[in-house]
Amino acid sequence: MAEPLAEAKPKSKIRKESVPMPKQKPEVRRHNFNEVALGYTEEQALTEANRCLQCPQPKCVEGCPVEIDIPAFIKLLREKRFDEGIKKIKEKNSLPAICGRVCPQEDQCQKTCVMGKAGEPVSIGRLERFLADWEKQNNIQIAEKAPPTSKTVAVVGAGPAGLTAAAELVKLGHKVVIFEALHLPGGVLVYGIPEFRLPKRIVQNEADYVGKLGVDIRLSCLVGRTYTIPELLKNGYDAVFIGSGAGLPQFMGVPGENLGGIYSANEFLIRVNLMKSYDFPRYDTPIRIGKHVVVIGGGNVAMDSARSALRLGAEEVCIVYRRSREELPAREEEIANAEEEGIVCKFLAAPVRYIGDEKGWVKAMECICMELGQPDESGRRRPCRVEGSEFIMDVDTVIVAIGRTPNPIIQRTTEGLETTKWGTIVVKDESGKTSLEGVYAGGDIVTGEATVISAMGAGKKAARAIHEYLTKKSS
Amino acid sequence: MHKVVAVEELAPKIKWMEVHASEIATKCRPGQFVMLVLGAKGERVPLTIAGFDRKKGTISFAFNEVGKTTKQLGLFKQGDSIENLLGPLGNPSEIGKFGNVLCIGGGVMIAPMHLQVQAFREAGNKVTTAIGARIKDLLFFEDKMKALSNKLYVATDDGSQGYQGLGFLNDVLETEKFDRCVAMGPVVMMKQVSEMTKPFGIPTIVTLTPIMVDGMGMCGCCRVNVGGQMKFACVDGPEFNGHLVDFEELVNRQRVFMPEERLSSLLWEKSGG
Repeated sequence: MAEPLAEAKPKSKIRKESVPMPKQKPEVRRHNFNEVALGYTEEQALTEANRCLQCPQPKCVEGCPVEIDIPAFIKLLREKRFDEGIKKIKEKNSLPAICGRVCPQEDQCQKTCVMGKAGEPVSIGRLERFLADWEKQNNIQIAEKAPPTSKTVAVVGAGPAGLTAAAELVKLGHKVVIFEALHLPGGVLVYGIPEFRLPKRIVQNEADYVGKLGVDIRLSCLVGRTYTIPELLKNGYDAVFIGSGAGLPQFMGVPGENLGGIYSANEFLIRVNLMKSYDFPRYDTPIRIGKHVVVIGGGNVAMDSARSALRLGAEEVCIVYRRSREELPAREEEIANAEEEGIVCKFLAAPVRYIGDEKGWVKAMECICMELGQPDESGRRRPCRVEGSEFIMDVDTVIVAIGRTPNPIIQRTTEGLETTKWGTIVVKDESGKTSLEGVYAGGDIVTGEATVISAMGAGKKAARAIHEYLTKKSS
Repeated sequence: MHKVVAVEELAPKIKWMEVHASEIATKCRPGQFVMLVLGAKGERVPLTIAGFDRKKGTISFAFNEVGKTTKQLGLFKQGDSIENLLGPLGNPSEIGKFGNVLCIGGGVMIAPMHLQVQAFREAGNKVTTAIGARIKDLLFFEDKMKALSNKLYVATDDGSQGYQGLGFLNDVLETEKFDRCVAMGPVVMMKQVSEMTKPFGIPTIVTLTPIMVDGMGMCGCCRVNVGGQMKFACVDGPEFNGHLVDFEELVNRQRVFMPEERLSSLLWEKSGG
């Protein structure tokens, strides 16, 4: 804090509130798929950056899974040295335009920000996004790379974990090939997170950047089927990183779940995001949305599904969650966005069966009320059925967003790869080392469904471990 | 990019296409499928592999030109390229030495069925094959199947060639003992076959082709009810025990997007293809 703030107004009191994010108005945005948060202007970014106290022992960095030097990039930003600012971020994070948009900063860097004690924390994520977007409009710089090592690494999956691991490894001088099963790169960023939260051109830009770093991204290639992990190791890859993500959607197993009009959140979001069915028939993949939509679940995926359904023209969208508002696992910001747009929540209720019409399409849902009992192993109070409290809701579309279980293809085709009883891959420690030599894993395939940034953190740590492994191997 | 090596019309609006896909050709086995995407706005369409040549590095599939994508694909000529082809997907068929095997193929699925017939013969089985179509003109592979099988039956829905309908199967089942039956074709046909083999206690395997989006275990759109359990055709199948499949539900699920599919196809035709 010794040096004067370059752009700050002379010694004025530092504002306690952060600069609000400019957004599309709720009544407008509920009818379109354009990005909701519009991003700071330069002026807004400078004002917000000037709220940073430049703590000598910054707490924010500790909260960042990829250890970005936050005070340093904010300092560069407020000195209007935007190109250096983004470079500072990219030393640690290859996908800043994505993280600036979808990281749960309130639980990470911003949670520990000193400014948050007497007001609002610095909006670190918004500043990160500002710099990343600035760079896109200006000159994209390619990070420097170490001399080639003659080692080759296969990365399974072009999602947040895979893209991060690949970018780190290629910067360290290794040859990297990503095998992506879908026809577009991005993983959950492209199939899961909606356009209005994370525009797909941003994802494509970030994937292109990883490509420009020298990573070969091969699409429509499913590891476990097109090639197995043992085959990759035999075919000359010195190490493999598995970042294959969360897989199979979970259902509740209640009667009628296979009726028409009932989607898993995965199916619904894949259709809408990856296949762009909101633009059907210009795009070939259809989606059918009714008037009365319910979404089962309370996480970010449930919020994304509900908000997408609204934009597709549903008259009313109701989130049905078995616990109460306090236990909603979704980000506060996303809950607020959803509520502003007119989505209603029905708490302490769960479906017990679906009722179909004569054509096999869902027409109603029978629910039961719940009450909260003693805390369960997750520490949250366990929902218990209130017997005799059943009630019927008229619905014509249901989106089941209660989580995913790991995709089984790699585990079934890789002998000796240790997995848990839930099907996730067992890793030794933070390095992501699996039971097979030279094979590392990270992201949702290890932790079960988690966040984009934690997957990126895992990709980064695994990349370091793989680098060490390869260095040792050659010496 | 996957170059089209050859295109052949098997019957009106049924085409056979051989494409270059060396990685898939190296790995694929009978019973598996591929996922195809045409262009940046295309849908993902699953197609059962109907042939492969590991040396040439090609795979083949057959398709009915019924929807927008398959109509579009029907215009592809030798030398054209398919941008995205993913595979091989799904579990390979269980090809073992069972003894006396009954193979039943209907409609466009006669094409992939010929791979099974071939594989069962190579594994040392006696193979009786039955192929069927709606009408005579839509039948194909009669000679090929005759050459591959120990015995061949032919049937059409209207009786314009061979037996009329599936009724003859009952007589076949009564006169000969089969150790295994595999059926590929329209859902109603597989349902009927499964119902007919059940009283004889013949293990019956059916290949299910529900709607899929990704084809590799993500969307859950291809979920089917098998013996009261929810299964995903793409990762748990596509082959299942025909005596346990809830066919009615499957028929219903296959119809979910019918109006949209029709609209898409119509608009495409109106725009002149």
